[in-house]
This record gives sequence, structure tokens and C-alpha cells, in this order.
Amino acid sequence: MRRLTPYLLALPSWMWLGIFLVVPMAAMASVSLQTGNAIDGFAMTFSFSNYSDALGRYSTQLLRSLLYGGLATVAMLVIGYPVAYWIAFKGGTRKSVYLFLLLLPFFVSFVLRTISWNFLLSDNGILFGTLKGWGLLPEDFHVLATTFAVVGGLTYNFLPFMILPIYVALERVDPRVIEAAQDLYATRTAAFRRVVLPLSLPGVFAGVLMTFVPATADPINAQILGGTANTMIGNIIQTEYLTNLNYPTASALSFTLMAVLLVGIFIYARALGTENVLEAAAR
Amino acid sequence: MSTRGTRLGDRLLHIYTWIIIVWLSSPIAVMILFGFNDKKSKSNTSWQGFTLRWYAELFDISDLTVALRNSLVIAAVSTVITVVIGTMLGLALGRHRFRGKGLTNFLVFAAISTPELVMGASLLSLFVSGNVPRDANTIIVAHVLFSVSFVVVTVRARIVTLDPSLEEAARDLGATAWGTFRQVTLPSILPGVMAGAMLSFALSIDDYVVTSFVNGSTVTFPLWIVGAVKTGIPPQVNVMGTLIFGIGVLIAIGNAVAARRRT
Repeated sequence: MRRLTPYLLALPSWMWLGIFLVVPMAAMASVSLQTGNAIDGFAMTFSFSNYSDALGRYSTQLLRSLLYGGLATVAMLVIGYPVAYWIAFKGGTRKSVYLFLLLLPFFVSFVLRTISWNFLLSDNGILFGTLKGWGLLPEDFHVLATTFAVVGGLTYNFLPFMILPIYVALERVDPRVIEAAQDLYATRTAAFRRVVLPLSLPGVFAGVLMTFVPATADPINAQILGGTANTMIGNIIQTEYLTNLNYPTASALSFTLMAVLLVGIFIYARALGTENVLEAAAR
Repeated sequence: MSTRGTRLGDRLLHIYTWIIIVWLSSPIAVMILFGFNDKKSKSNTSWQGFTLRWYAELFDISDLTVALRNSLVIAAVSTVITVVIGTMLGLALGRHRFRGKGLTNFLVFAAISTPELVMGASLLSLFVSGNVPRDANTIIVAHVLFSVSFVVVTVRARIVTLDPSLEEAARDLGATAWGTFRQVTLPSILPGVMAGAMLSFALSIDDYVVTSFVNGSTVTFPLWIVGAVKTGIPPQVNVMGTLIFGIGVLIAIGNAVAARRRT
């Protein structure tokens, strides 16, 4: 009986993850090779042309998603690192208060936050409307429906996911290591560059992973902040599935997106030397 | 000289951190403020005076109320399922050696790292292929799927820090397997289970992407809000957002205070 215990404990989750994660992937793979339409039904024809058709039609949106996701990730890294650094080294006894304040936005629904952000940026809203009223901005000034609005929205929405892992990595850095570097005549910049930064890389690695994938695949920011000129691949997949009922194309696009993200992660992990990173993270 | 430079840098970073905090909170401030806006016209983008009207008329939009109730029921049911099966798997992974452990760990990781969009799309592919009608049940299935790994991870993290000799001692003193679990193991992993439960409730009530694929004609709170963007978000949405925000913050503070008192 005791030998059976772990299997009995694992069984419900195995079934759930197997039936609803593994089988659906297989279903999606199969649908992506079918032809037909929603009215007459779909038939398996091993039609790999779904992939070339989908890519031919939507490569702009796919590349745009990767670009926006990448830009937002870089922006989050640049904006978030100093915050994580300051809280980890100078936050003192109020560290947890600062972290709590950073997490505060998560108590509001993602959708609602994005809409409030849209609201704040709206052409004649409380911010720009007021500034325009004072004559500080030209009448035709607008931010909504621009690339800047979408990338800004992604940066805004996922920033805490970048800050937290970097904070965790920096928190573990022993201040005595920095003192030692300074005793050995390293300048403040050199101590940061040669000691602190390398030690924080596992956090940067985790932060980029936690933000790049969801930012690239997110359909909400583009839908609410982007207008028609900034559609991302997520919007296309949603429309193809839910409005056009074009399941084969939508499945092919979903698979392509996932494949591209996986290859991207693999290259990124290789470039950073995951083994070193994982080793540092384990310590 | 160098210490003065250092202090100035630190002060600038301090101010910078506060600017980021204000930036992150600004949409929330807008949401709370405009729940009190006494708007006269259809649009709700300019401040027109203070009112408590929307708090009094909170449930006047019936399909919004239904959407909120759907969200709460779905979050509650999927959290219960998630916590039960996730805790079981967390225990298995944290306490036992068994065949397929590596593969199980991989599955747990895959469920966390699959983009929501792909998860929703693949579930819809399954349901379409199998002619499964989409309703609240398919939403619950999806929500358990994307939450369960988080419970597994928090429970496993908690259990690997526990001393197994406590459980052995309980068994040596004649406790049954179930008695040991209920009186020794469960109380000590409870903080992990609770954290997992709160996370899974929050993930469920917040989800738009996966839900939009598997909802059929059932509408949840986030879906209703996105659907209303074109016609204008009514102030009641801001009020509901404010109330959910307030309750969440109170629970979090209460938890933190309770945790501090315990130690």
C-alpha cells in the first residue's frame, strides 16, 4: 500500500494535465493539418499548406509581436533593475513594504488595469485633456493607438514580474563580497560591473523568461491600447478561432507562435550559458 | 568625495523607486476616483463631481452582476479542485520517490510556461474536435489547468523544508497514515496550501485570455469588461474593481500581520 501512495497522490493531477494539456496539444496539431470549414466540417488532409498560408498572411503580426514583446522586455529590464537594486541593498527594514507597494497593481484585474491605463491616456482624458486645456500640449497630440502605447502598456503590466526575480537574486548577494571588492580597490562602478551584476544574472534570466513569453503572446494590450494598426499575433489567433471559426489556420498560427517562442528561449538560454546561470541560481 | 557621490546616487534611486511605484499605482487611483464620478453624459472620461450613486446602484446592471457572480463561483469551485489535486501532487513530489517523477516535474513546468493564448487555443481545439459544449464547466476545467502547477510548486516548496522525522514519530506513536497526515503534515504545510489557494483564486478571477476561448455563452467579469470597452465602461465596473481591490489588500495585510504574530 505504501508503495502505491505516491501514484495515488499524483493520479488526479496526471489525469488533469494529461487530458487537458497533452491531449489538446495533439488535438491542435491534428486540427492544424486539416482542411474544411465550420459549416461542412473539417477533414484530416495533412495539409501543411495551412502553415505556409498562415505565415504568408500574418508574418507581419508575428514579427510585430516578437518586436513589441522584445522591446517591452528590454524596457522592463532597464526600468526595473534599478528599483530591484535599491530595494535589495537600501530598502532596510521597509523592504517588504516596498515589495507590497510594487505588487499592489495585482490586486486589480489585468483587464481593468489596462482599461484604466487607456482611460488615463485617452486623447481628451484627465491627463492629456487637462494639459491641452492649459495649452501645454498641441490639440492633435495623442498616445493611444500608437506603438508606444502598446509597448508601454506591456511594460507597465508585466514590470513587477521582472523586478521580483532580480530582487530575489540581488537579495542573496552578500554585502561583504562588495566590501571585499572595494577593499581590493575596485571603484563603485567596477564592483557593480564585475561582482554584483554577474551575481544578479540568474534573476535577470528568470525575469526575462517570466515577461517575454506572456508579453509577446498577450492580446489584451494591443486590443485596448493599440488600435487597428498595431494588431499582434494574439489578436489574430483569437479572431481566427472565435470570429472566423477558421480552426486550421488558427491552430497553425498557435503552433508557430509556440515554436518561435521555444526556439527563442533556447537561443537565449544558450547565449547566456544556462548551465552557469542554473549553477549560480542553485547556490 | 566618493561617499557624497554615493549618497546622492542612493537618494536619486530612492526617488526613482517611488516614481515607479506611483506609475504602477496610477491606473488604480484613476479606477477608484472614477467610481465616485458624477457623470452626466455617456462618456466617463472627465471629472464631473463627487457622488456615491454608483455604490448605491452597484447591482443595477443585471448582466454585469451575473458576470461577477459567475466569476466568483468559477473561482471558488476551481480553487477547491485545484487545491485538492495540487496538494496531493505536491506531497507526492516533495515526500516520495516514484517512477515518472521527472516527467511529472516536466508536466508541472510545462503547464506554467505554456503561453495562455496557446493553452486556450489548444483546449478549444480539443473541445471542438470532441464536440464538447462550452459553458461554466469548460471554464472551470481550464482554470484548474493553469492554476494547479502553482499549488504544486508552493506545497512542494513548503514540504521539502519540513523534517520527515516528525511524521515518523507520529507513526511510531501509533498514528494511522490518515491521522499522521491530518494532525502533523497538514497543519505544517497549511501556509503553503493557503498561499496556493489564494494564488489560484486570484488567477481564476483575473483570467481573460484562456476564458475567452472556452466560455461558450457564459460571461465572466473580465470578459464583460472587455466586451463593454466599445460602448463605454460604466462606473459600476470601477466600483466593483475598487471593492475587490480593497478586500484583496485587507486579506493580504491581515495575512502578513497574522504571520508576524505567529513567529
